Amino acid sequence: MKNSGINAGITVFPGSNCDFDVFNVLKDIFNINVSFIWHKDKIRNYDDFDFIVIPGGFSYGDYLRSGALAARSRVMDSLRNYSEKGGIILGICNGFQILAEAGLLEGVLLTNSSLKFECGDVYLKTFNYETPFTCAIEKDRVLKMPIAHHDGNYFAPERKIRSLIKDKGVIFKYSDIEGKISADSNPNGSLLNIAGISNKRFNVMGLMPHPERASEMLLGSEDGGGIFKSIIKYIKER
Amino acid sequence: MAKKAFVKVMLKEEVLDPQGRAVLSVLKSSGYKNIKDVRVGKYVEILFNSEKDKKKALEEVSEISEKIISNPLIEKFDVEIK
Repeated sequence: MKNSGINAGITVFPGSNCDFDVFNVLKDIFNINVSFIWHKDKIRNYDDFDFIVIPGGFSYGDYLRSGALAARSRVMDSLRNYSEKGGIILGICNGFQILAEAGLLEGVLLTNSSLKFECGDVYLKTFNYETPFTCAIEKDRVLKMPIAHHDGNYFAPERKIRSLIKDKGVIFKYSDIEGKISADSNPNGSLLNIAGISNKRFNVMGLMPHPERASEMLLGSEDGGGIFKSIIKYIKER
Repeated sequence: MAKKAFVKVMLKEEVLDPQGRAVLSVLKSSGYKNIKDVRVGKYVEILFNSEKDKKKALEEVSEISEKIISNPLIEKFDVEIK
């Protein structure tokens, strides 16, 4: 795949630990130009990046609340401006928690209802295929990706959930292998089985499962790669 | 004049507190039957560089509690100045 004209950035906070996994997928599988963005840095030229990924991990040791301290770091001011200009931001796991804490996405990720670190494959159903993150995902395909988190229990007040649904901002829900959504297929107690959401403009998305750990068959699934393929397709066609 | 501030952060009533629920179930199984509910929160101590006017200290600590120490979507806080 020729994607060398596409430039991606990956933010790095103290405690980020999926930064190199994302780097590997973008660079070695999708042949994108990738660079890291340190949390103390500002982005000088927003045109340097076609999209930015906030990777998973335990930024600042999850102190205070997951993502709370990273959300107030300097690079997030840049990302806020970047998103206002329409820049594409994908937050994975801790990246989702950071985006929620920064107010770039609605709601918050609470402690799993099990009170345990939940780790293993989950199945996801896609609810909106018309976003930069899902436009290349095969319709009605149930996606297999792993989760690995302690605080993935999505919550938002009822009024916000209603407007999120109305605006088609619910992107992924946890389901079973056949795509059926029930309490049994909910790994963490998330409201309405929500696994991933976007903002109103659809240029910022966060999800708890790890697409970068499911982007090559060597790791058991390529379904996560669909998210990166979608971003590439969207950038090439816009 | 104020030297220290204390911030108590609790999850709002309508937000499920699984930690509190786990503590409740352990208390019950330990024989403490007369307990209806348990909720677990955070307690934060803030020490100022120099003594501050109490009213100003309350304003400043309320601001940082709202912006950083708590998440107003799910938590409420109380500030005490000493």
